Amino acid sequence: MMAKVLMKGNEVIAEAAVHAGCRYLFSYPITPQSELVAYMAKRLPEVGGLFLQAESEIAAINMVYGASSAGARVMTSSSSPGISLKQEGISYLAGSELPAVIVNVMRGGPGLGGIQPGQADYFQATKGGGHGDYHAPVLAPATLQEIVDLMQDAFDIADRYRTPVYLLGDGMLGQMMEPVEFKERAQMDLGPKDWATTATRGDERKVTNSLFLDPQELEEHNHRLQAKYKSIMENEVRYDTYLTDDADYIVVAFGTVSRIARNAIKKARDNGLKAGLIRPVSLWPFPEKPFIDTRDKVKAYLTVEMNAGQMVEDVRLQVEGRSPVYFYGRTGGMIPNSDEIYAQIFAIAGGDE
Amino acid sequence: MELVFQKTTGLTDKPTGYCPGCTHGIIHRLVAEVMEEMGILEDTVGVASVGCSVLAYEYFNCDMTQAAHGRAPAVATGLKRVLKDKFVFTYQGDGDLASIGTAEVVHAAARGENITVIFVNNAIYGMTGGQMAPTSLVGQVTATSPFGRDKTVQGSPIRVSELLATLDGAAYIERVSTHDVPNINKAKRAIRKAFETQKKGLGFSLVELLSSCTTNWGLDPVESLNWIKEQMVPVYPLGVYKDVGGGRK
Amino acid sequence: MEQRVVFYEDLCKGCSLCVSVCPTNVIHLAEHINVRGYRPAEVNEQHKCISCAACARICPDVVITVFREERKKAVS
Repeated sequence: MMAKVLMKGNEVIAEAAVHAGCRYLFSYPITPQSELVAYMAKRLPEVGGLFLQAESEIAAINMVYGASSAGARVMTSSSSPGISLKQEGISYLAGSELPAVIVNVMRGGPGLGGIQPGQADYFQATKGGGHGDYHAPVLAPATLQEIVDLMQDAFDIADRYRTPVYLLGDGMLGQMMEPVEFKERAQMDLGPKDWATTATRGDERKVTNSLFLDPQELEEHNHRLQAKYKSIMENEVRYDTYLTDDADYIVVAFGTVSRIARNAIKKARDNGLKAGLIRPVSLWPFPEKPFIDTRDKVKAYLTVEMNAGQMVEDVRLQVEGRSPVYFYGRTGGMIPNSDEIYAQIFAIAGGDE
Repeated sequence: MELVFQKTTGLTDKPTGYCPGCTHGIIHRLVAEVMEEMGILEDTVGVASVGCSVLAYEYFNCDMTQAAHGRAPAVATGLKRVLKDKFVFTYQGDGDLASIGTAEVVHAAARGENITVIFVNNAIYGMTGGQMAPTSLVGQVTATSPFGRDKTVQGSPIRVSELLATLDGAAYIERVSTHDVPNINKAKRAIRKAFETQKKGLGFSLVELLSSCTTNWGLDPVESLNWIKEQMVPVYPLGVYKDVGGGRK
Repeated sequence: MEQRVVFYEDLCKGCSLCVSVCPTNVIHLAEHINVRGYRPAEVNEQHKCISCAACARICPDVVITVFREERKKAVS
């Protein structure tokens, strides 16, 4: 069993992918994830894999498409503007039912934005981003240790359901250093990829394709995809709760912001306010149960994000108007601190004391 | 009676949707014949692109992957890097390769990706209704150059074979034509040479085939082949532009 | 006589490329229309065909199969 090692987030993402069986990475350098790419350039050849620096983010996602079609466990990594470039490719992966993992180490936007952390790609990841009726499962780790587990989940979900999967981090997660442990996890037996275009002698002809010119055929294809997403919604929800059983005020946050929020919640509890936290880990499928369990009991929810208000819309959908949902956000790469968040909780609770 | 010519097993039974007289049909057959003759039909993955040949995955009797517009060389790179001992080819038109996909083909060649690109150049966009292509000739009337391609407004055509031949990673580049049977036979030899280049692991190979578009040129099939010979060949000289393996000049 | 060129009529799109390359001018478009709505190419004078296969090599739809009379052995 390996001991804990102190590693940088971007490198943890990379090493976790290798542990999960990823042997191919096609990426383009972009801040703040370039360390991931440099790490993989050295690491993948050690395990008989390959890192290839693509000429663009667009070329990278299409190389992923090709390698996935050939049956490999493959990934690409980028940050916000680069993920925008990949959207057509991601739609193609979804439509052609090809597995792949896409890592987004989010930064400030829109446009060229900034290189400081952000969470403003929530909509892009969970509501499409690319064209057509599809969903890509989205996993949002909050700690470097969680990245290790979620990376394995990401590749397993991708292969089991034949879908692209996002791992959504932010610049803080990518740059911070924490001790992590790479425990060996039993690899799931997901069966052979008998759909892959491997040019194997004796196999019947395989075709990877998302074009169905006949509308009836395309509708049937879409029905198949929707059935798949329904299955993912039933089986792949992940979330965490902290002190929600008796909470009056529940903070909802994902990723690194949830860790800052925990400190604010502790301070609130110290000051007699019953605060708690719902932390969605799968942003798609978005967790319903923790909201169903609390929406008739709490006095208010406070959604905290590093954006202008994205996940809060999904929170409102789950709360169904049964409780007020407040929002507090920082943008541009500004990171909220726990005092700010506590001040928000206090203000919401103000009229109730 | 002895057999002189029959349909290759490299093509499926699906009748093609190409226009009457379209050279896509001829070129598909040549690629399919080469694969059959080399015995590699079961060892090959072809990458279909976007254009009139978008349904190529229904016609070639080998594993096929459909790629997004322009991205076939990147998809082929992913396939070939995983399937190192298999054959990978792309089949692309002039919009796919020389417009939206210029970066992908240049970088695949620069990296010396061991793939074969079949580049069908008919100086126009077929599938979308006859718009100007990067390879359209100066003066050529198209849906988006209705007064004839004007150098000062729309620039000049791109000579892909010459361009890619400057890259060290390119191992074999030849431009051929399909306007008569002797040239069709030469074209087949070039395609064979390209696949042999891939087999030897020498690097990137590309065959540019001057082709017709009867519907959007507004000419009948026989006139179209003549247009290739009289109008396109002078602008796009036939010949071998790169051959690291030697043997063809 | 046995056919030297066999045309799979249903596949033909009547493009006339074969007509244009035949060195003995034996190919023409039929009067009737095939199942796809085109006048298919056909050969009536099989004995004039020299089995050069130019037609087959230019046909975009692989309509034509070509045979040749077996070479007679030299009389010793």
